[in-house]
Amino acid sequence: MPIIRRLARALGLILVLFYALPAAAQDISGALAKLAADSYADTAAAVVDLAGSGHPRAAVIVAALQDGRLEFDRASKAVVLRTASGVVDAATGAAIAPVPGSLSPVRVNNRVRTALAAAMGALTLMSPDPAKRREAADAVFKSRDQAALPTLEAAIAKEADGRIRAALQAARAAVILTRPDASDDARVDAAGSIRERGDQDAVALLRSLPSDTPKRVRDAAETAAKAVETDLALWSSAQNALYGVSLGSVLLLAAIGLAITFGVMGIINMAHGEMVMLGAYTTFVVQELIRTRMPGLFDWSLAIALPLAFLVSGGVGVLIERTIIRFLYGRPLETLLATWGLSLILQQAVRTVFGANNREVGAPSFMSGSIEFGPLAITWGRLWIVVFALAVFLGLILVLKKTPAGLQMRAVTQNRAMASAMGIRTPFVDALTFGLGCGIAGIAGVALSQIDNVSPNLGQSYIIDSFMVVVFGGVGNLWGTLVGALTLGVVNKFLEPFAGAVLGKILVLVFIILFIQKRPRGLFALKGRAVDA
Amino acid sequence: MTEPLAHRALLYLDDVRVSFDGFKALKGLSLTIEPGEMRAIIGPNGAGKTTMMDVVTGKTRPDSGEVLFDGGGVDLTRLDEAAIAGLGIGRKFQKPTVFESHTVEDNLYLALKADRGPFASLFHRLGADEAARIDEILATVKLADRRDDLAANLSHGQKQWLEIGMLLAQEPKLLLVDEPVAGMTDAETMETAALLRRIHDSGKSVVVVEHDMAFVRELGVKVTVLHEGGVLSEGSIDHVASDPRVIEVYLGR
Amino acid sequence: MIGHFLFRGLDRGVVVALTVILAIGVLVPAANLLLPPGHPLHVPTYLVTLFGKYATYATLALALDLVWGYCGILSLGHGAFFALGGYAMGMYLMRQIGSRGVYGNPLLPDFMVFLNWKELPWYWLGFDRFGFAALMVVLVPGLLAFVFGWFAFRSRVTGVYLSIITQALTYALLLAFFRNDMGFGGNNGLTDFKDIVGFPVQAAGTRAALFFLSCLLVAASLLLAAGIVKSKFGKVLIAIRDAESRTRFIGYRVATYKTVVFTVSGVLAGLAGALYVPQVGIINPSEFAPANSIEAVIWVAVGGRGTLTGAIVGAVAVNWGKTWFTGALPEFWLFALGGLFVVVTLFLPKGIVGTIAEIRAKRTAAAAAAPKPAPAE
Ligand SMILES: Nc1ncnc2c1ncn2[C@@H]1O[C@H](COP(=O)(O)OP(=O)(O)OP(=O)(O)O)[C@@H](O)[C@H]1O
Ligand SMILES: [Mg+2]
Repeated sequence: MPIIRRLARALGLILVLFYALPAAAQDISGALAKLAADSYADTAAAVVDLAGSGHPRAAVIVAALQDGRLEFDRASKAVVLRTASGVVDAATGAAIAPVPGSLSPVRVNNRVRTALAAAMGALTLMSPDPAKRREAADAVFKSRDQAALPTLEAAIAKEADGRIRAALQAARAAVILTRPDASDDARVDAAGSIRERGDQDAVALLRSLPSDTPKRVRDAAETAAKAVETDLALWSSAQNALYGVSLGSVLLLAAIGLAITFGVMGIINMAHGEMVMLGAYTTFVVQELIRTRMPGLFDWSLAIALPLAFLVSGGVGVLIERTIIRFLYGRPLETLLATWGLSLILQQAVRTVFGANNREVGAPSFMSGSIEFGPLAITWGRLWIVVFALAVFLGLILVLKKTPAGLQMRAVTQNRAMASAMGIRTPFVDALTFGLGCGIAGIAGVALSQIDNVSPNLGQSYIIDSFMVVVFGGVGNLWGTLVGALTLGVVNKFLEPFAGAVLGKILVLVFIILFIQKRPRGLFALKGRAVDA
Repeated sequence: MTEPLAHRALLYLDDVRVSFDGFKALKGLSLTIEPGEMRAIIGPNGAGKTTMMDVVTGKTRPDSGEVLFDGGGVDLTRLDEAAIAGLGIGRKFQKPTVFESHTVEDNLYLALKADRGPFASLFHRLGADEAARIDEILATVKLADRRDDLAANLSHGQKQWLEIGMLLAQEPKLLLVDEPVAGMTDAETMETAALLRRIHDSGKSVVVVEHDMAFVRELGVKVTVLHEGGVLSEGSIDHVASDPRVIEVYLGR
Repeated sequence: MIGHFLFRGLDRGVVVALTVILAIGVLVPAANLLLPPGHPLHVPTYLVTLFGKYATYATLALALDLVWGYCGILSLGHGAFFALGGYAMGMYLMRQIGSRGVYGNPLLPDFMVFLNWKELPWYWLGFDRFGFAALMVVLVPGLLAFVFGWFAFRSRVTGVYLSIITQALTYALLLAFFRNDMGFGGNNGLTDFKDIVGFPVQAAGTRAALFFLSCLLVAASLLLAAGIVKSKFGKVLIAIRDAESRTRFIGYRVATYKTVVFTVSGVLAGLAGALYVPQVGIINPSEFAPANSIEAVIWVAVGGRGTLTGAIVGAVAVNWGKTWFTGALPEFWLFALGGLFVVVTLFLPKGIVGTIAEIRAKRTAAAAAAPKPAPAE
């Protein structure tokens, strides 16, 4: 296709000229005149002129021509654009009040269309919008349009943004690699540059060389493809691990309160998920108040919600313990049923007060956006949750191990009779411990409100997972809960690519069911007579 | 490994070791019970007496050591509780456990020697010989007038007796009896001793764990003293009672 | 042998219950079909269907009571067996639609045509025949219960652990059946049934027959359960419930007993599900929801676990309440249901029938103790 090549060369030349003499090229009146000449050859030439003009309206005009919205007045030779609201002058964009009667469209044939495509590519490759430039570079990488080469080179020379330049260079390398008349050395180099790009498209390109390509080039391409694949596998493992840790920390947050109420106290609290939900709704209420009263405090909303959520959920927990659970100690199955009933009541209560729909909980500024590690992106929200989950976990361990209250809690759960004989008020400690577990669930709710829908059903989606984590990790062992949560999170994410999200989850559930049958006491089981009882 | 001793013995324990989370409950326990023998086992709290029974009845797997039954023919460490019970080893627990929502009669009915398979029991009918056997045991353990009461309503001592009755109903070769007279009056204690002796006289082997020295004396059989997971002393009651080590760790001065 | 086994279960309460159930099973359809709509005793068809639904729930409750009330196995996943039986029946009903579906494909159900499937998956083969489907209604839930029970009970998973993994089981099935590529209609499940063994499912006559069959199933389940409970096998179950390890030490293989009773229970639940589906006209994955299974537990608790008639009474009473609430005060139903869980566990642990039986037992005991009641004061 000599025409294309000639056109492209012309385009390149013009571009180079344009960069050399920016001021002189701004005038597009010549190009407009050619457009009004109603000849295909002139129109094609005008497109080339426009592409090189650097005129702010060049792209608009070319796009309009492509869409068939460019018209000219047979009488005045004025070129105009038809828009949704009327007709505007092509060069200035000013509206033209009485629409002239003698407008006819600028006609296009295949040759003009080819010129248009090249011009659009060139125009976007140098668009002032960085995102557009990058998109255009990627488009060329995929199309490997030989004609874009000169434009690419010009764009590379001009590009200041490192990442876009890399994209442009990869696009250039793609063009050179697939170009039979390029020298072998250049093509081998190109394979190296494409390797830098390091994604699936790069592999596809490197593997797509026709069989008549010189062996040296093909070998270089294959080596590069292999290298990219290795990188990709590494990155995808890294991504699975990262997302797995993120999911694991969500599970940890949800399960950590249960690790106390179920794991340490042996109370099976089916309303645990609703404690999480109450925490999330507390966050919602706090944010609503802040939004209406003191918008300036919005970034502090989560920090304010944390203690409140702890108090709300913890308070409800103490209430439940005192009014219901304490009558059911030693009857785990009855406790299960009663707390399930409570969970229904709490859900319905929240539904009655706040409605059944999802509630909007906003993210403070430090939690929005994301950070990138190489090709991986993780949102700040997720990252903070990982940090937060670990902080809550360690805080809890400290409370249990180092404070007098923690000591009493452990004493009571290990040997109630003995503890009470030593003067510990066991009912008080029971209520406190249960309240602590529920309060932590509330805190978890604050964090989970950031990544999940705040609705009355929020808790239900966590209850089974939480139990799985605690049982898997080993009842009565907080470290087991940590390991259990992270393991399940990571395993889930590694399964997902093969099995899909739902099947992955099913597999994990089935795995845990089988696991419990092998080790009914979990990963880090306490042994001894206490558990036989 | 298996010495002639094992061939003669009904129950043969050799160098049995059990540990729980690093705590050594049995440290190389060896013990031999002859067919038809009655043996009393005493020892301080935590000596490993109950753990020994757990090992024999399959509740606890030993870390190492041999546990053989019936002249060394059966390795008990390979069997589960039900299979061991099926071989003819009956056990009364330290803490009396009867089936509380069953009547006294049904407790015995369930314990009666019979096919234990689910389908056999689904279509089982209480025969005249079984009814007679239940009557006999009820008379033996003096619960005939409580026959239709729920076991939950029995006194502590009566539950102990019911449990012994259930042991009898199983017709085992070997009875392991853990603290049968705990919580009984002196008169009841003596009656229990007499009952156990009668059982022994009927040809069964019996191992009795008990703290009550008067009771042990009443039994008048060979005594084994356990201490810290091993045998401290063995012999007649007078022999062990005068053993200074036994006095030191158990009987007190 | 079988006769003796079944007759043994017939104590007075069971005989009364059987009579009442069978009488209802005959009278309600009669009042529906034979009396004209204007007649004061006429029972409209929608009520027949509603009662039929209750009857299948009663069977599910009986199944649950057998394992929970008598053997102490609190299954929070019995809805799974119910739903599997329902799906097996639903597959038969789907195949009966034939070319009357929206897409008119004689072989493939509509949803498969919609998903662009070309062939019937192998596990749908045979479901065009009623006999095969009926076999699957028994076999699939039974097999799942057997395999699950075998693993769980052999490894001595008990108490709340067992409850949690049964819940996880039904949850996993819920997720699985939601998937379109499982081939069970995904989210929408199976519906738009046309006829069953040649009779149109919507017809009043068919409804009446289904109702009668549901009552028959309750009666048969009750007879079977009573036979089991009264046998030595049943006494072993209670022994396991009260003192599991003691039962083991007198030589019973606890795991085997539990597996057997769990399987029987799973089959009963599956049969109930199979009768439920043609009456409500749809089966979808939400039947696997853990909340459904646990709701069935409360039926048993309300009626009185460990009493067979209690399970039936509880299922009917709670569901009647549900129907009433969702009609009159829909937003209060969950409050009522939640409250029921709390109140029953705290104040009525023996349930309605259990409490009545207890009061009556006390009265007879008192009467026996004092043959001539002393005058007041
Ligand atoms: N399952 C178990 N887990 C942990 N430790 C155990 C277990 N079973 C027994 N032990 C420990 O092993 C030791 C021996 O216990 P064992 O019950 O055999 O003693 P005993 O001789 O029967 O005492 P007692 O006279 O009080 O009944 C005790 O220290 C006990 O705490
Ligand atoms: Mg002991």
